[in-house]
Amino acid sequence: MSRVVTLKVNEIHVSGRADETILDIAREHDIFIPTLCQVDGLSNIGACRLCLVEVKGSNKLLPACATLVTEGMEILTDTEQLSRYRRMTVEMLFAEGNHICSVCVVNGHCELQDMAVKMGIDHIRLPYFYPNRNVDASHQRFAIDHNRCILCTRCVRICDEIEGAHTWDVMNRGIDSRIITDLNQPWGESETCTSCGKCIQVCPTGALFEKGKAVGEMTKRYAFLSYLTHMREVRK
Amino acid sequence: MNAEELFELATKERASQARIAHKMVVCMGTACQSAGSERVQEQIETEVKKRGLQECQIAQGGCRGLCAAGPMVSVEPGQILYQAVTPDDAAAIVESLGNTPVKRLHCDTESPFFTRQHRIVLEHAGIINPDRITDYIAVNGYTAFVKTLTEMSPGEVIDQIKRSGLRGRGGAGYPTALKWSTVAKAIAERKYIVCNGDEGDPGAFMDRSVMEADPHRLIEGMLIAAYAVGAEEGFIYVRAEYPLAVKRLRHAIRQAEKHGLLGHNICGTHFNFKLDIRLGAGAFVCGEETSLIASIEGKRGNPRPRPPYPAEHGLWGYPTLINNVETFANVVPILRDGGDAFARIGTENSKGTKVFALTGSVERTGLIEVPMGITLREIVYDIGGMPEGKRFKAVQTGGPSGGCIPEEHLDITVDYESLMTVGSFMGSGGMIVMDDTACMVDVAKFFVEFCMSESCGKCIPCRVGTAQMYHLLHRITAGEATFDDLALLEELCDVIKHTSLCGLGQGAPNPVKSTLRYFRDEYVAHIVDKTCPAGVCNALTKKVHI
Repeated sequence: MSRVVTLKVNEIHVSGRADETILDIAREHDIFIPTLCQVDGLSNIGACRLCLVEVKGSNKLLPACATLVTEGMEILTDTEQLSRYRRMTVEMLFAEGNHICSVCVVNGHCELQDMAVKMGIDHIRLPYFYPNRNVDASHQRFAIDHNRCILCTRCVRICDEIEGAHTWDVMNRGIDSRIITDLNQPWGESETCTSCGKCIQVCPTGALFEKGKAVGEMTKRYAFLSYLTHMREVRK
Repeated sequence: MNAEELFELATKERASQARIAHKMVVCMGTACQSAGSERVQEQIETEVKKRGLQECQIAQGGCRGLCAAGPMVSVEPGQILYQAVTPDDAAAIVESLGNTPVKRLHCDTESPFFTRQHRIVLEHAGIINPDRITDYIAVNGYTAFVKTLTEMSPGEVIDQIKRSGLRGRGGAGYPTALKWSTVAKAIAERKYIVCNGDEGDPGAFMDRSVMEADPHRLIEGMLIAAYAVGAEEGFIYVRAEYPLAVKRLRHAIRQAEKHGLLGHNICGTHFNFKLDIRLGAGAFVCGEETSLIASIEGKRGNPRPRPPYPAEHGLWGYPTLINNVETFANVVPILRDGGDAFARIGTENSKGTKVFALTGSVERTGLIEVPMGITLREIVYDIGGMPEGKRFKAVQTGGPSGGCIPEEHLDITVDYESLMTVGSFMGSGGMIVMDDTACMVDVAKFFVEFCMSESCGKCIPCRVGTAQMYHLLHRITAGEATFDDLALLEELCDVIKHTSLCGLGQGAPNPVKSTLRYFRDEYVAHIVDKTCPAGVCNALTKKVHI
């Protein structure tokens, strides 16, 4: 059994278990911390850096999704500095890919779009890169549009951790990083893909989508994930 | 092998070495090798054979430091050092044995380049043959380890390290004893120990030289560490771009195994230690400890958030001690001479010596080991020496996470804290001297480009932010930028520094920040006057000529 601890989030006294993350506690108390790479039921990798929070006594900002709570911790989740950093980080994503909402299948149901709206981002100050990225529609039912990919690696993790197929992975590094199927083959030729469609549902943007959906018609549903992981834990 | 056997072997080796009338050591470090030292060695061997000289030994040695003047050949007795030796000089050298040395090849070992140094880590470099374990044993090698293993408790070992004040030589300067005691305290069915030899800073080659010149020193340091923390298995992670270091280490590990210094029941005790080499595939980020661990595990070399630190959750989830090559190399002298003796060298908070790879606009480029607390001015002007007609502009330390230090701060001492106060960083030991022909915006762009192409791509600020910084710097050097771009660049620096996942991203803005701090006028000249004061940025130089 884990120890119970008391801590302070935004000056409010709260309690938690030592195996819970800052994000768990914040959500329990309806304190909003933005996230993009985090999904309940998958491992937390602390990659998108949106959930960074200030912790008293730490000279670094810590990712709420990957930091366990400790006794007496004092956390600030919404300072002026943090909002500036979060806004810039989201702007970076828009400048990096080709995010044209008006022609996107998830327009209106997109986590990246929602994040921008929530942060009041009405323009991007950074120069756009306009990268030349391709679309792989070789799979019978699904397609991946790399222009919309934000490299959150949710698809990589769900395929590896939940489905157990590990069809997806990342190739290259830095700004050239890209999600690939198997050893960079067309998706339709993948020998490991089980066509389960889990990756489609967890993708926060319109990068992974079902074929046959028009603009704004695709909605993502990943409530199944917490149900699946819960049932697996119960069986254990 | 126990203490008596080790002593016996050392005595025997020393006696056989004493019988040799003339010993010639040809430097086989990478720099001298590329300058042709292998052919020099062959030619010396031919000349020796031709003259039928007996009791004459020709050995391969490690780096003597003065790489600019390679290939180096040293002759004993007499402590004669020859520089820039060509195969044609072999006859003259062999002819001079026992007579007056060849004057035209003479390298002055009384010059400040040698006298200002204090060699501890590199004490055997160029003196012993790295391919022979007996050479190392003859200079009392492995005695510190055998003494530690048979006479000291792990706690006493850590106490000696604590007394020495040794701090991590990888750059961040974390107290070594604290790291060791954390791993020692961790309770787990197994523990690992890893040596970080993934040296990737541009222009840095300290660790390579240690591994090439004295591989047994590293193995002995790791053995002592393994005993202190209770690890039975270790890895040396070396980048594959160091083939010679890998070859020598492999050979050294085999020799140590043969002599019973690695393996099971070492020295007849219950202590077991297995050592293996893992090669890095060329990713700079794998020098970051969590990426390095992922890479050893066979995964993509991506960093992960810390805590948990490797000391608690490392290789395959077990407590793991990770230290840099130079840190491990410092362990042996501490245990041999005592922690207090080591602590007498250096400054209040930075003890011992530091090896630097001195490159750039200096007369004598190469590898130097200096006591902590020496001033940058002494290193640049006395050890390195400015070339004639060149004016010093800045010295860059700390690699891509470091900064440029201008003339006005040259009198600061070299230690972890002082370098931080002027906006730079100790780093692993790269030191690049720049003269007035260097454009500081271009220098910043070079390092940002390095970080951009070496970013793993996992976190957004580093992946996109470094590319954005590079883009903005490119605009400045092309004369297309405005002050808005400069403001955006500064904002990016702030965001990337504070939000990136690992040290690569957190340090990436440093070259820009430090050049902005000391050379802002150059940025302004690029933006307002559309000129490059140093005449480096092509787009702007052309405009001036038209």
